[in-house]
Amino acid sequence: MKALLFERSLPRLASARMAGSVAPGLGSRFGALRLVDTDEPDLPGPGWERIRPLLAGICGSDLSTVDGHASRWFEPIVSFPFIPGHEIVAQRSDGTRVVVEPVLGCAARGISPRCNACAAGDVGRCVNISFGHLRPGLQTGYCTDTGGGWGAALVAHESQLHAVPEALSDEAAVMVEPTACAVHGALAAGDVSGAVVAVIGAGTLGLCTVAALHRFGLPGQLIIGAKYPEQRVLASALGATTVVTPGEVRRAVRRATRSLVVDDRLTGGADVVIDCVGSESSLAEALAVVRPRGRIVLVGMPGRVAIDLTPLWQREIHLAGAYAYGTEPALGRRTFDLAMELVTDAGLERLVSARYRLDRYVDAISHAASAGSRGAVKVAFDLRRSARS
Amino acid sequence: MPRPGFVLDVDRSTPPTLMWHGEGFRLERLPVGSRVVYAPEALEALEDPDGAIRSALLNPLGDSSPLPALLRPGMRLTIAFDDVSLPLPPMQAPDVRQRVIEAVLDLAATAGVDDVVLIAALALHRRMTEPELRHALGNRVYDAFAPHGLLLQHDAEDPENLVHLGLTDQGEDVEINKRAAESDLLVYVNINLVAMDGGHKSVATGLASYRSIKHHHNVRTMQHSRSFMDQEQSALHSSNWRMGRLIAASGVKLFQIESTLNNDTFPSSFSFLQKREWEWSVRDRASFLAVSKALDRTPPKLARSIFHGIRAPHAMTSVQAGEVEAVHQQTTGHVYRQQLVEVEGQADVLTMGLPFICPYNVNSIMNPILVMCLGLGYFFNLYRGKPLVREGGVLIMSHPTPWEFHPVHHPSYIDFFEQVLAETTDPIEIEAKFEESFATDPWYIHLYRTTYAYHGVHPFYMWYWGAHALQHLGQVIVVGGDVRAVKRLGFKAASTLRDALEMASDVVGRDPTITHLHNPPILLADVR
Repeated sequence: MKALLFERSLPRLASARMAGSVAPGLGSRFGALRLVDTDEPDLPGPGWERIRPLLAGICGSDLSTVDGHASRWFEPIVSFPFIPGHEIVAQRSDGTRVVVEPVLGCAARGISPRCNACAAGDVGRCVNISFGHLRPGLQTGYCTDTGGGWGAALVAHESQLHAVPEALSDEAAVMVEPTACAVHGALAAGDVSGAVVAVIGAGTLGLCTVAALHRFGLPGQLIIGAKYPEQRVLASALGATTVVTPGEVRRAVRRATRSLVVDDRLTGGADVVIDCVGSESSLAEALAVVRPRGRIVLVGMPGRVAIDLTPLWQREIHLAGAYAYGTEPALGRRTFDLAMELVTDAGLERLVSARYRLDRYVDAISHAASAGSRGAVKVAFDLRRSARS
Repeated sequence: MPRPGFVLDVDRSTPPTLMWHGEGFRLERLPVGSRVVYAPEALEALEDPDGAIRSALLNPLGDSSPLPALLRPGMRLTIAFDDVSLPLPPMQAPDVRQRVIEAVLDLAATAGVDDVVLIAALALHRRMTEPELRHALGNRVYDAFAPHGLLLQHDAEDPENLVHLGLTDQGEDVEINKRAAESDLLVYVNINLVAMDGGHKSVATGLASYRSIKHHHNVRTMQHSRSFMDQEQSALHSSNWRMGRLIAASGVKLFQIESTLNNDTFPSSFSFLQKREWEWSVRDRASFLAVSKALDRTPPKLARSIFHGIRAPHAMTSVQAGEVEAVHQQTTGHVYRQQLVEVEGQADVLTMGLPFICPYNVNSIMNPILVMCLGLGYFFNLYRGKPLVREGGVLIMSHPTPWEFHPVHHPSYIDFFEQVLAETTDPIEIEAKFEESFATDPWYIHLYRTTYAYHGVHPFYMWYWGAHALQHLGQVIVVGGDVRAVKRLGFKAASTLRDALEMASDVVGRDPTITHLHNPPILLADVR
């Protein structure tokens, strides 16, 4: 089968990092990712089946990996080489469609008894992600044994699969996984009804977070900084009450909260800030606009950052990570089920802006890396007509 | 004998027309058949302005006693004066306010009045800086009052120093400066640059609170003021008059002093700005070329500081004092005498060049909201009878319209531009949805009261100022403006006048009538 394979090669990673520094996404041309003909992955054990991706999205963490910027934190919890791709809508052998919940928890790893997190349905917090009968890999798409969405076939455990209703298009279905991340992040903010919430970043995660907050949180004011016109239009349509450019977020929060200002710092701020970027500057901005004892939820994948945490200490700010999904305690439901509903009701399939064949992966990744400036949101590989041979 | 205003019909021999373009100029060839409306030449200045002031104080109009008769030992005297928004550009020293206030103080001293306070009537404008106060009042007055805390700046957000005098018969709150209201005599010193200035508006607006001002600074009033330069047709005027009469009925004893200025607006180095282009001398042409070339090489910030350094050689043409309405009637006549130009009929397209200054960016930046206010608020409303442009017509204005704001003077403008205009440009929606939150924002109030910031609500008023024009016009085009900023204002951007006229043809057809408002020097079109 055809697949994009990411290998552990230090020279290639260095080359990717250098290329990615020149232009985001350029690591796909000079780095550790290449198109290969390879065998389909074997079934690791009972409960596993082979599925064939229809669409597979390209997300920020993928881009970070391709450009060699991913944190070294992941090294012991991934296994090389791997076929990336964890935003997947795929076809089973019986022709029905599924979306993949990519976290490889205890059930997928054949570990029994399951850890407390998995037993509670909170698979994203599994403590066994490097153990069991699979090689390390926190998710499908980062594990050498499973394959990933950027290949013609992969294997998935039955615990990972969610049936796609007939009425849901492939484009809508491929949005379920990123939407689940956003739902989890929005719910990690706690009770935000009537609160002032600021969202930093208006890519796929930011926009889906706005939709999730609008549906599940009903904040009093929902502010988002969006750089590009298309993002601004979508943010408004999905429920943001105030849409400004990224440089205007601080002023917008100040006005919404009627905060005073000392130097260039707000004395008050937003009740909750959801950082959907995860960069040094986005986290610094989050700290600058959240109120004392407010909450920052980090949904975007961060890396190593150098940041002054004095305000976190002095203002007793809560900083929380929001990774992946599982079961949402506040609603007592699986995140993927909530995401599936949100994708349908909010029409999130409109966020899928471009589809590429696998053999155009350099163009695809370049497009994804500059999606906002090119008027796009989600870029996906389309494996429906290609890459099967 | 100065010549009256003039309407020129453009023909093939007409030289290019000079248009203001912020801190610069454009020479534009208007299509043959266009009309250019020029201001009247500057009226003769009063030969003895100090004598005229003294005479006005001693021979008041209306039922007022001469000023000396109103002054006595032990009384509380408050002298309020117009702020930095007048005149434009700031005039060469001595400023009219200095002359008038010195004359009033001389009489007060003679009468043994020693409880005297000066108040800058800011309304919701920014506070004046020390150099600005010194320029307006002169060093002698400043040094006599400021060090002793007797030179105040009206604070429309200071509840301790405001007094609510009641409601007009239209339910309008009248709340003004307590010291002014409770003085035995309030003397108000005006500079009446345009017909809208002065009268009851001086106290009812200049010394009022937001609670009071909002009754007339709103969209409905502006849309029913046609124009606000025409007292007979101005809802703004009517509201201020109701308030002023209530202030008088409340027992506030007011002695109004109004002065008018001639059209001598620019110093000799810019003499070409005072003339009609076909009358430019060789020296004027050389001067224009030198200024233009120099400006081409001058960084924008330096150009701004050069222009804001201009001191107008304005001279007094009249001064009158006494009872407000009697005074203002005569003042208005003097303003009309200087500024009125008869214009026959409306045009499909009105063009104008916007200069570097308006009342709210003295020593500051003409931000995009002020560009809108100057063009659609002030210049569009420089008419009596009918607007210069027909309903559904097109306004073309020339200004660089930079996306730039003075962070100290205009903090709420930035938010208004970034957030409010990003959502809507409809004045009614803006007023309903956003005004209160800006007006009561504690940060803006803090900045207004303690720094040099305009009040949080001020950008709204600037937008409302243009509400009548927005309602009237079919399209607004800005020539040579920052495209993003112009778009945010809801207008169209064109790079040249020719392009703008081409764009206008979509609205007014291919052979429109065009009138160009050649302003400043200021004129008031009397459109028949």
